[in-house]
Amino acid sequence: METIRTENLTKKYKDITAVDNLNLTIERGELFSLLGVNGAGKSTTIKMLSCLTEPTSGEAYLHGKSITKNKTEVKALIGVSPQETAIAPGLSVTENLELICGVHGFSKEKKRRKISELSELLGLDSVAKRKAGKLSGGWQRRLSIGMALISEPEVLFLDEPTLGLDVIARSELWDIIRSLKGKITVILTTHYMEEAEALSDRIGIMKDGKLLVCGTAEEIKSSAETDKFEEAFIRIVRGNAK
Amino acid sequence: MKMLTLAKRNAKEILRDPLNLGFGLGFPLVLIFLLSAIQASIPVSLFEIAHLTPGITVFGLSFMTLFSATIIAKDRGSSLLRRLYTAPLTPFDFILSYTLPMIPIAMAQSVICYIAAIILGLDVTVNILYAILFIIPVALLFVALGLLFGSILTDKQVGGICGALLTNLSAWLSGTWFDLELVGGAFKKIAYALPFVHAVEMERAVLSGSFSGVLPHLLWVLGYTAVTLALAILLFLRQMKRQ
Repeated sequence: METIRTENLTKKYKDITAVDNLNLTIERGELFSLLGVNGAGKSTTIKMLSCLTEPTSGEAYLHGKSITKNKTEVKALIGVSPQETAIAPGLSVTENLELICGVHGFSKEKKRRKISELSELLGLDSVAKRKAGKLSGGWQRRLSIGMALISEPEVLFLDEPTLGLDVIARSELWDIIRSLKGKITVILTTHYMEEAEALSDRIGIMKDGKLLVCGTAEEIKSSAETDKFEEAFIRIVRGNAK
Repeated sequence: MKMLTLAKRNAKEILRDPLNLGFGLGFPLVLIFLLSAIQASIPVSLFEIAHLTPGITVFGLSFMTLFSATIIAKDRGSSLLRRLYTAPLTPFDFILSYTLPMIPIAMAQSVICYIAAIILGLDVTVNILYAILFIIPVALLFVALGLLFGSILTDKQVGGICGALLTNLSAWLSGTWFDLELVGGAFKKIAYALPFVHAVEMERAVLSGSFSGVLPHLLWVLGYTAVTLALAILLFLRQMKRQ
């Protein structure tokens, strides 16, 4: 079943076209990665799909709801973990989760249950009472994902979730992201080739706002006639792939 | 309720920062005690406790601008606001949540200043309560300035503009530290065209029970508050759209 559909989705900033006629369909429960070099249009695409910025033209639908006409309904469907950690540094881990429950209007019982569930899933119990601003980068990312998940989203946007993390923290976060596969639809943007290859059901590669290719990691490697994903990415972005 | 959750968080962030408590409460108290000690050695009518305290309470509010601007600028910088913009909150919820918690904090600051003043010999009258109530529109003006600067500046810029420039301007142009009549000329004209001296003179009039002198100053303060708040809301909504 289709979760996201974009139709000629375009975003222009003055004379720069950040996203250019993007046509994309993402299925329910799929983990879809958007890859691209800086300025490719990945983050702008996520901003449009999460109703943070209006498209200049075109349209997108999440569960059939328009991102321009049904913003409130779309916002109720999504969770966003921005590129920056986006946490309240002076609050404890539990208080950060309570904050998001509160702004979504959860009852006390639901709030307690969701915090308990999320803390267990993300292993946040051991740092529950610590101030978020004092946590390591890896723990802050976990909390950030927890804050995005706590509203029970149908679609989760993860913008560069492992940026700047060490190998262990990244691996732990990969496990968490993998555990979400099939349960909710995850849209991931990343610079890390191995991350996209290891986690994704399908990958879209963007350059200059355009979607150059979309498929499984195997299909993309095959189309670029190489068995290395990074090499395939370079060939496609440089325009050397067949 | 959703708005109150965010308002509560904003209050916690401000009150848990020891620097905020140090500057917001400690600095005005130090000034009251220091200037009263000077007054005890070299009597200056400007620093008599009934004359000095209203000025210090208004000066202390400049820290409310710093606190509210800093938290908004930091929330913009860390993308917490971006995350919250995807939650079912209205623009009005955001504006209220950054404004409302500052009012009780500002009033608490005034209460503490007046307690210190009473210890130093200020007569206990009902006018102290009125002075604390009349601080609300002044507090709203300083909080609106915080909303305005927080919407357009980074947290580092806020430190410079609100932490250094505004605190000094609001002090010099308020008639708290020196008599504006002594300087006169363009300086005095500029001071009286701005709201700070009117806020101080309004508070002095309320504390001394000269209520007939309150209204002209109150109108200046309310006028500046209304204009600043309107501008702050516009700029906050603009940055919200840009996110």
